[in-house]
Amino acid sequence: MIAEIGHYALALALVFAAVQGTVPLIGAARGDPRLIGIARETAVGQAAFIAIAFFALMACYVVSDFSVATVAQNSHTLKPMLYKVAGVWANHEGSMVLWVLILSLFGLSVALAGRNLPPPLRARVLAVQGLIGVGFLAFILFTSNPFARLDPAPIEGNGLNPLLQDPGLAFHPPFLYLGYVGFSMAFSFAVAALIEGRVDAAWARWVRPWTLAAWCALTVGIALGSWWAYYELGWGGFWFWDPVENASFVPWLIGTALLHSAIVVEKREALKSWTVLLAILAFSASLLGTFLVRSGVLTSVHSFASDPARGVFILMLLVLFIGGSLVLYAARAPALKGGGLFAPISREGALALNNLFLCTAAAIVLLGTLYPLILDALGGGRVSVGPPFFTATFVPVMIPLLAAVPVGGMLAWKRGDLPGVLGRLKLAFGAALLAAIATLSLASIKSLLAALGLAIAAWLIVGALWDLASRLARARRLPRSAWGMTIAHASVGIIVAGITASQAWQVEHIALMRPGDVAEVAGYEFRFNGASQIRGPNYVAWRGAVTAMRNGQPVAAMTPEKRTFPVERQTTTEAAIHTTWLADLYVVLGEPDGAGAWSIRIYYNPLVPWIWVGAVMAALGGVVSLTDRRHRIGAPVRAARPAAQAAE
Amino acid sequence: MRLRFVVPILLFAALAAVLGFYLREIGRGKDVSVVPSALIGKPAPAFNLPPIEGNGTGLSSADLAGKPSLVNVFASWCPPCRAEHPLLAQLAQSGVPIYGINFKDKPADAKAFLAELGDPYAKIGADRDGRVALEWGVYGYPETFVIDRAGIVRYRHVGPLMAYDVERTIRPLLAQLAK
Repeated sequence: MIAEIGHYALALALVFAAVQGTVPLIGAARGDPRLIGIARETAVGQAAFIAIAFFALMACYVVSDFSVATVAQNSHTLKPMLYKVAGVWANHEGSMVLWVLILSLFGLSVALAGRNLPPPLRARVLAVQGLIGVGFLAFILFTSNPFARLDPAPIEGNGLNPLLQDPGLAFHPPFLYLGYVGFSMAFSFAVAALIEGRVDAAWARWVRPWTLAAWCALTVGIALGSWWAYYELGWGGFWFWDPVENASFVPWLIGTALLHSAIVVEKREALKSWTVLLAILAFSASLLGTFLVRSGVLTSVHSFASDPARGVFILMLLVLFIGGSLVLYAARAPALKGGGLFAPISREGALALNNLFLCTAAAIVLLGTLYPLILDALGGGRVSVGPPFFTATFVPVMIPLLAAVPVGGMLAWKRGDLPGVLGRLKLAFGAALLAAIATLSLASIKSLLAALGLAIAAWLIVGALWDLASRLARARRLPRSAWGMTIAHASVGIIVAGITASQAWQVEHIALMRPGDVAEVAGYEFRFNGASQIRGPNYVAWRGAVTAMRNGQPVAAMTPEKRTFPVERQTTTEAAIHTTWLADLYVVLGEPDGAGAWSIRIYYNPLVPWIWVGAVMAALGGVVSLTDRRHRIGAPVRAARPAAQAAE
Repeated sequence: MRLRFVVPILLFAALAAVLGFYLREIGRGKDVSVVPSALIGKPAPAFNLPPIEGNGTGLSSADLAGKPSLVNVFASWCPPCRAEHPLLAQLAQSGVPIYGINFKDKPADAKAFLAELGDPYAKIGADRDGRVALEWGVYGYPETFVIDRAGIVRYRHVGPLMAYDVERTIRPLLAQLAK
């Protein structure tokens, strides 16, 4: 019964979305307040019914109702409650329900909180959100019904892929979707602006908080995914340039560019059509990511079991949404008039440069991800594009971008004083030089690239703090957005330091060890004390006991595990990680040789924790910026509409 | 309508066409999950590896030509390598030259491994930092490649060899290449 209620609620939500996607558009075109008002009620209705469906599905998982096909395929009575709940979105069907739930919640918040928006703009934004809802609700109902019944119902479920039974991964998809779907707000605002033929400072100010919120969530989502890969896959790495990782990284890069270009629109009324394009592209990249993961065109460690029929449906949605919005863009964007002259050495010039680099980086990652597919489609054979390509192309684009960050942040609008700014950055330059020299003289393995990386990290961190200090010296109170920017830019420095050090000085040691054997890695001794069998709630495991010691003194007792899940017939590795915050000691239990010895992998990963600390701090910087009072209060006053345009 | 505003939609149309074409191929039963070695049908990558300390003369790509042979990537710390070792010994006894790439191993461990289980390899190169294995596209250990007399890579096997693999695939292929 609960499943049928959920299914019915989804169908009703589709009806609400269809009305939301059409009637307000007509209303806004005719200037009919009654039709415009429908946007709000239908957005509330759509969100309410999708929430009913979502919680109905969750109820099926919680009570282990195996007559529902997706529950039987992805759950098990012995699974811990956290993973029963997280199991709702750990499969294709359920994750799509979460996707539309988040979409409708964004719509709901515009409907309820967007009172400062002009009613026609709000109606159009909600209508575009409604149309996206129609597309994805239809996708769920016609190709991926999460409530389909099984008759007869199995007694027990298949269980959840053990790799996904992990607290980090339980929260990875919701954050990722908040980010992906959050960009739909920027998209809807962009399409609404194109329909109205109007982009101005007020528009940019309305778009920015939504983009910022989506960006924060996406940052956290990507960081959680990378953290999970780090401790669960057992290879000591944190980023693998896997197609699915790339699919989330491309929207992040474009979203970051959008955050910066929207500032130019707000302050200088320039880069208008470009910003609109970025708003469309950020969400388009999210949709493309969804397509790549679910259609089966790319194979990856975590693509969903796929079905070409679904692929065709999503491709049609891509053509409708991306194609439709880009056609609208081609038709309407030429009329968006930019304002003012644009000096290359100025804040806006620096932000344009930032956009150029970020978009190039996004294009590189996208190309690297799609290249095997394009080549294969053209009959060029099967290749895989791996990390060497991405490090050789992505890093050279990032270096000038990051080097320019502290300078750009200090340049004045309109006409910047480059020598003056460089003079004020003396301290940061000194710190960078010091970091480079220290790296080259102290490090065990000399590497110019590592020296450059740490120099850039110091340059970013000291540059951001110095900028903040000198602003504080001039004004007693700074807007929260200035604090947010400082935190975000400094955390990029922290991330760069983490990536650089872990790439340059990671130590890997692989050995067959017998109980009592000691391995020396990076100044630590690791004693293998043997492995024993333990029993978890829904798995059995070999647990290795390793004592990490420094100069004979125990530092940490580490227990890497190798878990076997009998229901799913899969084995996972649980790396044992001891962090000193300056480095991670990382131990993985491999295979036994049958004669008492185990293959053990030991890694020393310097500064790796900084990567996630930096990512979380960057997201926090975004949150601080979101609390800026400019976003919270005061409807920006929109300039009167030019008479010529009102006639359309 | 100015041209630069049309560029995005044109790019997207091209992308959508490729994706659509690709989906149709998958719908017709194309399997995208198999990534064959990019090396098959191509000459083995050029390399020159030193020996495991004090054990022979090392291994370079020049050694591979002349007679059909196997290249086996192994390590002492890898239990599956241990498992396939007797099969390599049998192959070597029947006259197949087997060249070893000793992957990320300590010389002492590698020598102990060979002393304990026997040394079926005609020559062994020590790939201590794993660079050569990377060029061979190795992602699982052990891996075995079949090389023809011209030094062209003909076949790749990922994971430990089983008797079944040797009898059904490796030996017939070697016999055919020897003709």
